[in-house]
Amino acid sequence: MAGRVAGKVAFITGAARGQGRSHALRLAQEGADIIAVDIAGPVETIEMYPPATEEDLAETVRQVEKLDRRIVATKADVRDVAALQAAVDDGVAQLGRLDIVSANAGVFEVGPALEVTEATWDNIIGTNLTGVWNTCKVALPHIISGGQGGSVILTSSTAGLRGAPNMVHYAASKHGVVGIMRVLANEFAQHSIRVNTVHPTGVDTDMIQNPKIWGLFNPADPAPSREAAAPVFQSTNALPIPWVEPVDISNAVLFLASDEARYITGVTLPVDAGYTAK
Amino acid sequence: MGKLEGKVAFITGAARGQGRSHAVRLAQEGADIIAVDACTEIATVDYPLSTPEDLAETVRQVEALDRRIIAGQVDVRDGAGLTAAVDKGVAELGRLDVVVANAGIASFAPAEQLTDEAWDAMIDINLSGVFKSVRPTIRHLKANPEGGAIVLTSSTAGLKGIPNIAHYTAAKHGVVGLMKVLANELARYRIRVNTIHPTNVDTPMIMNEGAYRLFRPDLEHPTREDVADTFAGLNAMPVPWVDVLDISEAVLYLVSDSGRYVTGVQLPIDAGMVVR
Repeated sequence: MAGRVAGKVAFITGAARGQGRSHALRLAQEGADIIAVDIAGPVETIEMYPPATEEDLAETVRQVEKLDRRIVATKADVRDVAALQAAVDDGVAQLGRLDIVSANAGVFEVGPALEVTEATWDNIIGTNLTGVWNTCKVALPHIISGGQGGSVILTSSTAGLRGAPNMVHYAASKHGVVGIMRVLANEFAQHSIRVNTVHPTGVDTDMIQNPKIWGLFNPADPAPSREAAAPVFQSTNALPIPWVEPVDISNAVLFLASDEARYITGVTLPVDAGYTAK
Repeated sequence: MGKLEGKVAFITGAARGQGRSHAVRLAQEGADIIAVDACTEIATVDYPLSTPEDLAETVRQVEALDRRIIAGQVDVRDGAGLTAAVDKGVAELGRLDVVVANAGIASFAPAEQLTDEAWDAMIDINLSGVFKSVRPTIRHLKANPEGGAIVLTSSTAGLKGIPNIAHYTAAKHGVVGLMKVLANELARYRIRVNTIHPTNVDTPMIMNEGAYRLFRPDLEHPTREDVADTFAGLNAMPVPWVDVLDISEAVLYLVSDSGRYVTGVQLPIDAGMVVR
């Protein structure tokens, strides 16, 4: 059976690990070739979880190639529009086209609003908001020139729809992504390019599985743990689960990327176990 | 292996249009089907409604896929009839996993000219009928340790205020409220509840002269071709309407394991009508 995105090429940012790697693998399983970028190194002031590494990005390459799909991977920071441009141009030159964009790269920190430093604010807005715009900006001309339409999926968050405490920078960036989506959905509909956002609740990756986040959920606990944080995470969701898996977000991305969703555009799609409905 | 192998889906309004498409698409993925449709005319509806022959055709198409289907002629205004149909279907097919509350009607008039009869029939079918369709399914869904999935068919008119369909818009907004409550009430049982919001779909509900005339009041007998540009003008994407299969694919995403943690969501399949 032909894959659900067979013959297509997908550009994925933040592809070294976590959700980004999962998107690369899920789309490759369904027949897509991949253009992958990741900073594969630290973002200044983002310190609560370890950064992705060049080895992580190499592992994504290995896993995609094991599926007999092609992948062009580049170490690039989404804040560096010239580097992104070079990465996507090189990928399209090698793979021949561009159909799908997953603007997934993002960083997270937590802290009371008035304690957020300028540097942390700038790094989160720069990566999560401006980085998403940079990704769209370098990718859209390739999709347009293909003349066959395409699908752009921007990774927002439940924090793009709600204002949970201690993440003013992150929530601002993720709400801003919705604004990018709504404008681009209108501007590019004439080219049959669809633009949607996905809004995950907590996903089981390093971004939330770290002592600082666990401690935020259990402030009185001297030794915060994944196990102790789980019921508190669960209390934020309607469904009786603490977090979702990267593949759950990938399945939403795949659905939106495929022709099954050929007339879905301008949509905010929560994959959030009922977090925003609760 | 199908995405719904071994599962059973209850679908209202299954005789034709979106309902039949959902029945066939879910059956293609391995589901057995409990189907109901009123198959009756309604005085305030100007276009021909489904017939017993339509429902029989749905049965034929599902059975051609080697799936089982229990079909009954039931009006969604008949709560007791729905309960009986669901219970009978579950007794014969063994379980219930998926509910698609799809049955609905359309009629058109400016608000000041809407009759009591047109208002009441609309709310009875498109809002109360959704509630009465879901209510008898809950105890069967709760019996599954792995839960289940309910999809309520709303509309772009469940998110926006569209002229000349005040009753339809009120009913479809009401469906969203119903979904939000059910999503919270049933989450603990791993039962997910979502709404879908189609733009115009290529079915008899909009492909009729009464609907055409709304969009082309300048023509005495407007046709499908006459309204295509006007319909396309409602959407951001350059298409006048979507196909029933586009809605079925969204239903399949929501009710299959792909959507296992999606609940409480309003999902437009609307070619950008709402974002526009």
